[in-house]
Amino acid sequence: MKWLPTLLRLVLLIVLVAFIVHPAWFEPLLKPLTENNAPAIYNQGSLLSLTLLHLRTVLIATVAATIVAVGLAILVTRPIGAEFLPLSRSLVNIGQTFPPVAVLALAVPAVGFGEKPTLIALFLYGLLPIFENALTGLTTLPGNVLEAARGAGMTGWQRLIKVELPLSVPVILAGIRLSVVISLATATIGSTVAAKTLGEVIIAGLLSNNLAFVLQGGLIVAALAVLIYDALSALERVAARRMGRLAT
Amino acid sequence: MTLRFNKLGIVIAAIATYAAFLAPFATFRANRIVPGEGRLIIAALPPTAGYLLLAVVIISALVALFRTPLMWRLVASVTVLAALALLIGVAGSFLTPEGNTFARISPASGFWLLLFAFLLLLSDVLARLSLSPVARVAVLLAAAVTIGLILVSGSWNSLSILKEYANRADSFWAEGYKHVVLALGSLVAAVVVGVPLGILCHRVDRLRAGVLNTLNIIQTIPSIALFGILIAPLGWVAANVPGAAALGIRGIGTAPAFIALFLYSLLPVVANTVVGLAGVPRAANDAARGMGMTDRQRLFGVEFPLAFPVILTGIRIVLVQNIGLATIAALIGGGGFGVFVFQGVGQTAMDLVLLGAVPTVALAFAAAIILDAIIELSSTVRRRESAA
Repeated sequence: MKWLPTLLRLVLLIVLVAFIVHPAWFEPLLKPLTENNAPAIYNQGSLLSLTLLHLRTVLIATVAATIVAVGLAILVTRPIGAEFLPLSRSLVNIGQTFPPVAVLALAVPAVGFGEKPTLIALFLYGLLPIFENALTGLTTLPGNVLEAARGAGMTGWQRLIKVELPLSVPVILAGIRLSVVISLATATIGSTVAAKTLGEVIIAGLLSNNLAFVLQGGLIVAALAVLIYDALSALERVAARRMGRLAT
Repeated sequence: MTLRFNKLGIVIAAIATYAAFLAPFATFRANRIVPGEGRLIIAALPPTAGYLLLAVVIISALVALFRTPLMWRLVASVTVLAALALLIGVAGSFLTPEGNTFARISPASGFWLLLFAFLLLLSDVLARLSLSPVARVAVLLAAAVTIGLILVSGSWNSLSILKEYANRADSFWAEGYKHVVLALGSLVAAVVVGVPLGILCHRVDRLRAGVLNTLNIIQTIPSIALFGILIAPLGWVAANVPGAAALGIRGIGTAPAFIALFLYSLLPVVANTVVGLAGVPRAANDAARGMGMTDRQRLFGVEFPLAFPVILTGIRIVLVQNIGLATIAALIGGGGFGVFVFQGVGQTAMDLVLLGAVPTVALAFAAAIILDAIIELSSTVRRRESAA
């Protein structure tokens, strides 16, 4: 029965792609959820392009967050940035108490409506888990490995690139995975400030009391999240095996 | 004594210099939705107050810039924060033309940057002091009382966010109450259901993977969709189950918001209960068995107390998350501070957004500090008990 989960995911992926590319096939399934002959399939834009825009927003925000978060984690674990370590830890704690809706709404006056406030909110929200994990990864390396690297005459830079970072990759990946899943769901809220994401479908459903819209928007995002979560978990296991660390 | 630079101080001094001399301190708007014009510190405050603030900022920035004793840094950051808090109110009344009720004065980027820079300094000092849990809660309480006193004194009343408040004082407290009930009520429900469910998952291996996977999948459904999806079944219940409507169960409103928050809260509570119970040392369990304790005695006398700090950590995650998520309940008529946020976004009235966002952030922040303190206390008490 080991192949069952893989098979389920494959089926989910196929259904998801079929739904996004050809939603009309699924109309009979969703029709009972509508009232007064309302359309069962989102008709104010293509689901495919909204899904791609949704993924693009999450991707841009996550890549930016990864670069900045890992960069900061490297900085505060070097002697030159050690002064910032206690502050950065408490900032991460404080940052997590900011609700995404508040970040989103407060970014609007600075950058206007649309995709930009969403990117800012996703970026800020994505920073925290990645930074936290990168910090954990870089500060919990086995001491004897670092000793050996130092003994082999590696400079600080070589140790970072060849030893510390590769060993931290699985933990950093776990942070990225968390961040992506949070971002996928949070991006839907971006549509309250007019960003083009799958949230548009859900909000259109809420406004016109059309359950079919709410359901299809929500399920596409959930399916994306489950698939991406699993894909990143698999990547993590591969990385962990290569680094000889056990994935947690 | 030689002066040496503090690296964080360089960042703080740079932000403070820009904020004090180049960025506007307050924004003046002829009414609540037109774009405003910024005023520098010198133009936003009466001359003496303006120069006083600049002097305080410069001296404190210098204290931050060099390596100085922690106590100096504490005094410097608190002084600037107090000066900012008092003087933004002064700027409000100074800039409002006599008898004009339409003009809106709000803090501008210079004010927020100064606030940010010296809050950074304060958090750095507090992090280095490594205060005890009780002291942290005391600091929080002192800050809350100070802000409360300033609010009661009315010195901020000329600021636009409080003008928005004045127009909605009644609904503000009503929505605030709903917000707290949603966040706390769903947490209590999640603990009542989640902890026994976690214990069951711990005892019955076959159940664990299924329950945790299901809860994991619920977490991936975006909050606005889950709120929306629950409208239909609850609408059906309200229409078809006698007495349900009388209990306040309706398709839209508080009921679906409450259930959605409850569902989101279950995973951290159940998962942490399972992790906490799994982390109970085998020796403790064996000893309890050896003493002839029954299963139930073992659960309440040994396992549960040992797992308690981990379960509390789950509760902290849930509470902070719920306070933030409850803002979204406003989209389906569930109330809460989100009402002001979304109204404000709709009217492009940012002061209204702030009226909803600031109390939400404050609540979440206070909840995080208080629960962190409780977690730390409960685990140190236990350590002391086991050492004795």
